[in-house]
Amino acid sequence: MFIAARSALFLVSRRLQPWTRVKKRTANNLKSPAVCCQRKKSSYTPPPAKYGGRHTVTLIPGDGIGPELLNHVRELFRFCCVPVDFEIVRVDSSASSEDDINNAVTAIKRNGVALKGNIETNHNLPPSHKSKNNLLRTSLDLYANVMHCQSLPGVPTRHKDVDVIIIRENTEGEYSNLEHENVPGVVESLKIITRVNSLRIAEYAFNLAREKGRRKVTAVHKANIMKLGDGLFLQSCKEVAAGYPDITFDNMIVDNTTMQLVSKPQQFDVMVMPNLYGNVVSNVCAGLVGGPGLVPGVNYGKDYAVFETATRNTGKSIANKNIANPTATLLASCLMLDHLKLHAYAKMIRKAVLKTLSETQLHTADLGGQGTTSEVVHTIMQEIQRGGPRTSEQI
Amino acid sequence: MATEYLFIVYLQPPPAKYGGRHTVTLIPGDGIGPELLNHVRELFRFSCVPVDFEVVHVDSASTSEDDINNAITAIRRNGVALKGNIETNHTMPSNHKSRNNLLRLSLMSDGRVPQIWPMTVHLDRFTSVRSQHSCHFLSLSTSLDLYANVMHCQSLPGVQTRHKNIDIIIIRENTEGEYSSLEHESVTGVVESLKIITRNNSLRIADYAFKLAREKGRRRVTAVHKANIMKLADGLFLQCCKEVASGYPDIEFDSMIVDNTTMQLVSRPHQFDVMVMPNLYGNVVSNVCAGLVGGPGLVPGANYGRDYAVFETATRNTGKSIANRNIANPTAMLLASCLMLDHLKLHDYANMLHTVDIGGQGTTSEVVQSIMRIIQSGGPLTTEI
Repeated sequence: MFIAARSALFLVSRRLQPWTRVKKRTANNLKSPAVCCQRKKSSYTPPPAKYGGRHTVTLIPGDGIGPELLNHVRELFRFCCVPVDFEIVRVDSSASSEDDINNAVTAIKRNGVALKGNIETNHNLPPSHKSKNNLLRTSLDLYANVMHCQSLPGVPTRHKDVDVIIIRENTEGEYSNLEHENVPGVVESLKIITRVNSLRIAEYAFNLAREKGRRKVTAVHKANIMKLGDGLFLQSCKEVAAGYPDITFDNMIVDNTTMQLVSKPQQFDVMVMPNLYGNVVSNVCAGLVGGPGLVPGVNYGKDYAVFETATRNTGKSIANKNIANPTATLLASCLMLDHLKLHAYAKMIRKAVLKTLSETQLHTADLGGQGTTSEVVHTIMQEIQRGGPRTSEQI
Repeated sequence: MATEYLFIVYLQPPPAKYGGRHTVTLIPGDGIGPELLNHVRELFRFSCVPVDFEVVHVDSASTSEDDINNAITAIRRNGVALKGNIETNHTMPSNHKSRNNLLRLSLMSDGRVPQIWPMTVHLDRFTSVRSQHSCHFLSLSTSLDLYANVMHCQSLPGVQTRHKNIDIIIIRENTEGEYSSLEHESVTGVVESLKIITRNNSLRIADYAFKLAREKGRRRVTAVHKANIMKLADGLFLQCCKEVASGYPDIEFDSMIVDNTTMQLVSRPHQFDVMVMPNLYGNVVSNVCAGLVGGPGLVPGANYGRDYAVFETATRNTGKSIANRNIANPTAMLLASCLMLDHLKLHDYANMLHTVDIGGQGTTSEVVQSIMRIIQSGGPLTTEI
């Protein structure tokens, strides 16, 4: 009906206005897509959902530990008087219809930014039941997953001084969900690599590296076996690298990469890779810096950004037991505040989180400590209160 | 259905035994392969091991596949091989296939149906797709079909690592999965890469894994997969593993998603016992484990088929940058040769070579010399140094 109204309006406007003026208007609009994109890219515009100085952010609780950790985030934001309102959209992982995830996508399109917990994908359900997390990423075209793995002070790990940024292509590769069984007992799973997406992610990686003052970008691939697929990815990265002479570019095969990560992770700076290798490598790095409870991750698209924990664990076995580590989710919310340009709040919360981790030695079970989630959050709040007057009533 | 695919894990000793001496195919490969395999030969000669090597050179740069055909014929003749990694230059065109992979894959050029694949329709489809990409197939009517890659990751005494007392057996499906080399570019700029998982091969590898676990007295087998995303493919693999597991009630079976697996391996590797997985995950996980126990120079690997066995280093590194500089670690290759001796049922010789103590700044030759000294001090079974 909306479309009909629009077309009716267009027809009426054409009738009322002289032909030449309409022609000029359409000619003006016929700029090449590249130019349009460049115009939008020139400076970041804050997301549109800001009214009365308060941002609205979509919140998707997810399953497992998601709801409780995101509750803590809301509590903390309320405590710190952060001007962010959350629009909660629940997604039911067991429902076979895709309505709930479509609602979530609409909400994110409206607000521009989201904070989410992981939605469980039960792999015992039939294959028609697609992964809702994946659906979200592909519908919003969140093509870059960025994870910054840093060794945090106060966390006991076997490796020190790890500082790796992992950029993972988020929409294609092995996660295309294109599988079929032409002959019973033989399944073909399609891995799609496209030139356009490979160029895009490589461009993103080099831009980010330049922005953050990084010296080296490493492409991770398996082009000796998947010559066409990963060969195309590698070639795209090389082409983009040619446009960034200040940044060193090299490449490494994924098996060697994982081995090097386990022995000498300090040699890596920025890494860019297709979807599956990104999954594995990011989990290895998360393990190196202390586990899934510590690292936040971001999914960036051209117009939207979704923040979550980097390793996307549902944590079913520790759900509602008050033992989950809130650090990853809290740091993800700090990244979100940075994205919304609320830097002061981001800094405040991040400082408190890191201080709690390093100085008070209050660790949750995954780090070998005895603390509960609420104790950790409480300590963070106390830390923030100590820092200055920007809080709501006393704890 | 599952009973049709029960293969005997214990292979018959290979037929190439004349006058009590075995003949083994030796493929030097590239990089550090030739020098390390020379050391192996030296050591064998020194220890009077009754093994003769038939050396077959494979040239990684040539476009014809004759040399690899010769190698395969030699392996078929001898039954056992010891090889270095053959370099795959990934800047060469896509019809230049990985020679290591060619050796492992089961290819049928004349369309004959082997016993393990009852679906003729499917097979013809495969050959027709492959013929679009390759210059010419191997012209052999049978093949090696080395379907199981077994890697035993153990923390070696004297090697400094961040993790202690690791003992994991990784069984990796060696012929299909992501390594099917079936790729095409239907639309310019869009490449489709096919990952094939078949019920037959999954049942076969799962059966191999459980048999091996039982044989070695292991308690648990973990299947590594990504079935939440690749529901049909890895779902099939997982289902096959579950089916086979039900036939082994004494062995515990669980499964883990590959990303979680790699994270757990890095933080708590001791929870793993035996792991079974498709090809690509096997590649990544075995490299992570190799890194955990001390690097690529320490772990041997074996590729088993129904009739043949090929031994090499587990992580298949060519080591171009350290070739011919006398600094490569010979341990992996030497342990691989021990595995080979065990396979040939020459257990005494294998045990003798096993008690080595590697550590320090030595060169390859120094290390080999010290091994020889230890062997000599162990007993009278040697020629002079």
